[in-house]
Amino acid sequence: MERVAIVGVGQTKYERNKKGETFADLVFEAVTKSLNDAKIGIEDIDNVVTVSNDFWDGRTISSMAVTDACGSYGKSVSTVESDGTFGAFYGLMRLLSGSFRSTLVVTHCKGSEGSNHLITNAIFNPIYERIIGLDSISSSALQARRYMEKYGITEEQCALVSMKNHKNAKNNPYAQIAMDITVEDVMNSKPLSDPIKLLDSSPISDGACAIILADERMAKRVATRPVWVKGIGHSTDAYNLGDRDLAEPDALIRAAQKAYNMAGIQNPIKEIDVAEIYDAFSYQELLWSEGLGFCERGNGGKLIESGKTTMGGELPINPSGGVLSAHPVLVAGLARIAEITLQLRGEGNGRQVEGAKVGLAHGINGACGQAHCVWILES
Amino acid sequence: MTNEEIIYPSKINVPYEWSVGECGSRFFYELKENKKILATRCPECKKVFIPPRKTCPDCFIPIGEWLEVGPTGTLITFTVVRYSAQTHPIPAPFAIGIILLDRSDTGLVHLIGGVEVEKIRSGMRVKPAFKEDRRGNLLDIAYFEPVE
Repeated sequence: MERVAIVGVGQTKYERNKKGETFADLVFEAVTKSLNDAKIGIEDIDNVVTVSNDFWDGRTISSMAVTDACGSYGKSVSTVESDGTFGAFYGLMRLLSGSFRSTLVVTHCKGSEGSNHLITNAIFNPIYERIIGLDSISSSALQARRYMEKYGITEEQCALVSMKNHKNAKNNPYAQIAMDITVEDVMNSKPLSDPIKLLDSSPISDGACAIILADERMAKRVATRPVWVKGIGHSTDAYNLGDRDLAEPDALIRAAQKAYNMAGIQNPIKEIDVAEIYDAFSYQELLWSEGLGFCERGNGGKLIESGKTTMGGELPINPSGGVLSAHPVLVAGLARIAEITLQLRGEGNGRQVEGAKVGLAHGINGACGQAHCVWILES
Repeated sequence: MTNEEIIYPSKINVPYEWSVGECGSRFFYELKENKKILATRCPECKKVFIPPRKTCPDCFIPIGEWLEVGPTGTLITFTVVRYSAQTHPIPAPFAIGIILLDRSDTGLVHLIGGVEVEKIRSGMRVKPAFKEDRRGNLLDIAYFEPVE
């Protein structure tokens, strides 16, 4: 694969309710930050990928609502209605086609403006699953219980993830929920859908994130330290929940393998210095760690207990605080890529993983991690 | 008017009339008229699918064989929903589960009822409780309840 780099990133602060700002305002902020970060102008961008979802925005062809905000007027622009990691993947493909030198990828979501229950209920097949009242929380709870019962993962082990990530968020100025909590706090928090409790869940969030991908020639010309795309993989599982064994992250295992093969990684926990993975719920960090091969299958609970994934551990996971600390839907995957980019440049400030040279960013799309996209980046 | 942050409340109400298709129509007809749960089986891999479908997602070929599954099955996983939302078919707290019906290879998502939520366990054997007033949709089964 030709060398492609990320040369600019920009994030808004993630907050529950960004009143006074439209989602287009958030896009403009993220795009402007990414251009300033790359030290280029909008005229240096030759194509744009916007990432948004019509239901979350409350309007169809949602990319057209942000034309002015992302400078796409007059440029080739397309929309990916999927997690930001997939949007970035499409942006990468546009570069690899040879038709473009630089792609701006920008994603937005104002979770506060719509209804999470209604919107995520609409993910499901109306005739067979939506009618039962499923949404992102209850469906994830089905997966959490299946995973925990099949492999003996405990609620206390999941609580360790919430504890770690909310504490990590204290070092991230963009994170929404930074706090010190104990396992007991998590166990005593309000039950939402057994076994998921309030402190096991990500929040409703507003925010935007932008990255700029450039081909090698442009990347070398640009002032900031380019972060290279070394490997990428994605895969999708079945759509109907009943068609899957929810305890088995088959799609992630395939996606990770593709990314590792491309990047030449054989021992992930040793060769990867830092990871940002999509923990929409506490159990997910454990399940996805297994799918990514950071530990043996069924050992997600032991992994978090070992301390290997804390700051200062062998492979810190989610130094940013992860999705548990800020969950603007669709944005959260691109934010993982942005955070790894900062880490590999040594710009992680209070959340920097010392000497990080190889990083992994992961995003999911669809209910219970139906589809996964894995990125391996290197400085 | 002061410099307040103005909010514009709105709503999208879009009615639909989706065709459930050939398979869905037969499935719901049997549910409504005969209280039978039907599935389809792939001629190649022999996998039995519920809800029934016209093509095998693994082999990518048409499926023509229909068979009855269940009515009993095993509860694979469940959750007790404790928050309220207008998308819920019944008030919280209520249970949703994935049931592997006997003779089926895929699970069916449905409500679990006829039992206190605290007593539900994965691995339980369950059977459908049909409504008297059936309309030709998935809630013609009120819920799946424990087999005594």
